[in-house]
Amino acid sequence: MAGIELAGVSTVYPNGVRAVDALDLTVADGEFFALLGPSGCGKTTLLRTIAGLEQASSGSVSIGGADVTRLEPGVRKVAMVFQDYALFPHMTVSENIAYPLRVRRAPKPERAETAARTAAGLGLAGLLERRPAQLSGGQQQRVALARAMAMSAEVLLLDEPLSNLDARLRLEARTFLKRLQRDLGLTTVFVTHDQAEALAMADRIAVMSEGRIRQLGSPRDVFQRPADTFVANFIGSTPMNLLPAQVRNGRVEVAGAHLDPGGPHPDAPVTVGIRPEYLHEAPEGITGTVSIVENLGVTSLVTLECPQDVTVGLTVPEHEEPPVGSVLTVAPRPGRLLLYDSDTGQLT
Amino acid sequence: MVDAPPARRTGRARDTAGIGVARAVTFVSPALVLIGLFLVFPALWTIYIGITDYTLTGTASVAPKIVGLGNFVEALDDALFGNALWLTLVFVLGSAVIGQNFLGFALAWLLRGARPALRRVVESLVLMSWILPSVVVAYLWIALLDRDGGTLGALIGSPGTAWLVEYPMASLVVFNTWRGTAFSMLLYSSALAAVPPSQLETARSVGASGWQTVRDVVFPHIRGHVLTNTLLISLWTANDFGPFLLTAGGPNHASETLPVFIYQQAVPSGRLGYAAAVSVLLLLVNLVVSAVYLLLLRKRS
Repeated sequence: MAGIELAGVSTVYPNGVRAVDALDLTVADGEFFALLGPSGCGKTTLLRTIAGLEQASSGSVSIGGADVTRLEPGVRKVAMVFQDYALFPHMTVSENIAYPLRVRRAPKPERAETAARTAAGLGLAGLLERRPAQLSGGQQQRVALARAMAMSAEVLLLDEPLSNLDARLRLEARTFLKRLQRDLGLTTVFVTHDQAEALAMADRIAVMSEGRIRQLGSPRDVFQRPADTFVANFIGSTPMNLLPAQVRNGRVEVAGAHLDPGGPHPDAPVTVGIRPEYLHEAPEGITGTVSIVENLGVTSLVTLECPQDVTVGLTVPEHEEPPVGSVLTVAPRPGRLLLYDSDTGQLT
Repeated sequence: MVDAPPARRTGRARDTAGIGVARAVTFVSPALVLIGLFLVFPALWTIYIGITDYTLTGTASVAPKIVGLGNFVEALDDALFGNALWLTLVFVLGSAVIGQNFLGFALAWLLRGARPALRRVVESLVLMSWILPSVVVAYLWIALLDRDGGTLGALIGSPGTAWLVEYPMASLVVFNTWRGTAFSMLLYSSALAAVPPSQLETARSVGASGWQTVRDVVFPHIRGHVLTNTLLISLWTANDFGPFLLTAGGPNHASETLPVFIYQQAVPSGRLGYAAAVSVLLLLVNLVVSAVYLLLLRKRS
C-alpha cells in the first residue's frame, strides 16, 4: 500500500506541447482518486506519467515514499488498466491474468493458481479457458482488472475505465469498481471525462484543464462550491447558470432582480452561479417566461427567458412543469448562490 | 485469401458480377491471353523441352528426340545438381529466411520509436539498395569486395583477401541480405503499426523485456505477416539470378545456385533439354516450399 506524491511535475511532448504543467498533487494511501477534465486537458498524460509510460520532463513522482521519477514502468509497482483493456487476443483468460507472473518467470502451477484465485474473486471463474474475443465488454474489463491485481502492485491506474462499456453496463461497472476498490483498499487513480462518473466513484476529484488542476476536493465540494467558472461549467449533469450581475449596496442585481449574496460583498461586477437544481419558485426573485421544458426523467429542465437577454435554467419535479409561455419567479435556495469575480472567474 | 463464393452451382447462376457471362469473359480475356502467352505456355514448353535431348548446337538442335524422364534421372544422379540444390538451400536460409527476415524485422522494430528524420534517412538508404538495378549493384559489390583495390579490404585493413573467391557463399548471403532487406522492413513496419499500442504498453508496464514483448505480444499479431513475408522472399531468393553477376557460380561451382546452374547448363554448355528439366525440378521445389508455408498459415488461423 502506498500513496502517490507529485511535486512540480511537468510533462512536455517532443512537439513542445506542455500536457502537464508544474503540477503538485498528493493522493493518499488507499484513496480512490479521479482525474477529471475535458479531452486534451492532460489528465491521461498525468496518469501515464505516474505509470512511467511518459517521462516527467521536470519535477518528481514518488510512490510509497520512494522516488520513481526515473524508473521504468515495470519496476514502479504500478498496475495500469487501459481504456481498451489491452487483453492479449491470442491468450486465454487465465494466461492473460497470469501474464505479469510469466514475465517474472514464475512457475506454471503458481501462475495457474494465481489466475484462478484472482478470477474467482472477480466472478470470472468459469471463463478461464476462454479467449478475450469470447467475452462481453464487462467481462473483458474484469479480466484486465484481474491482470492488474495479479501484479500485486501498490497503485492501480485506470484510464477511462467505463467509456468502452455500453450505458447500462456502465452503471453496474461503476458500483463494481467502487466496491472492488474499497475491498482491496488499493490506492487507485482513474481518468474520466464524465463528471458523473467522477462524482459517483471518487473519494476526491482533481478537475483539470490545460495541464493544471483547477480544483481539488471531495465530490461534494466540487459540486457545491466549484472554485471557478470553468469547474462550475464542467461539473453537473445540467449546466450551471452563470449570469452577469452587479453587487451594489450588499445586494446582487441580476436579470432585473435583487438577490441576497448570503454574506457581505464589496460592490463589483460579478458572475452569479446557481445550479438549476438549487432554484425554486419564490414570491420574489428572477422573473422570466418559460420557453422550453425538457424532460429529464424524475425532473424537468425549464428554461426561462429573463430580462436583459439572460436565460436561466431550473429543474422542477415531474408533474409540476409550468406551461410554456407562463411567467415564473424563481430564487436560489439559501446559501446556494455563488459569486465569481467577473474578470478572473474565481469564486469570491 | 479469397473467400469461396456461396456454393450455387446451378449452371445458370454463375453470373455473380451481374454483367452477363459474355461480357465478363470479354473483360477477363486480355489478362487471360497475356497470362497464357507469357506464363502458362512457357511453363508447358519448358516441361516439353525437359523430356527431349534438345541442344543449342549439333544434330539434336535440329531434330531433338523425346527421351522421357531421362533428363530428370540424370539430374538426380548429377553431383553438380545436388551441389546446386544444397547451395540454393543455404542461400535461401541464410540470406532470406534468416538474413532479410531478421534484419528487416529488427530495422522495423527499432525504427518504430525513432525520430522521423532518422527513420526517413535509414529507410531511404535501405530502399536504395533494393531499387538499384542488379547490374549496378553487382559492380558496386565487386568494387567493395575486390582483392586488390576493394573498399572492404581498405576499410578493415586486410588487402589481399579475395572475398568472392575465398568466401563466395558467405559473400552472396551477405550481399543478398543487404539487397533484399527493404521489402521485409517495409512489410514489418506496416505490420507493427497494426499492433495495438496499449498491448505493448501493458507488456512494458508489467516489466516485460524487449524479447518477451516481441515473443508474447508482437509475434502473435504479425504471425501471418511473418509467414507471407518468408514465403515471398524465399521464392524470390531461390529463383534469383543475382549471384551470377557477382561470382558466375564460381570458383569451381562453389556458389552455383540452381538458377546459375540452369543457365550454365543451358547457354555455355548448350544442353537446353537438361536445363529445362532442372528448371522443372526448381519449380517443384518452389511448389513444395509454398505448400508448406500455406499449410502453416492455415493452421490456427
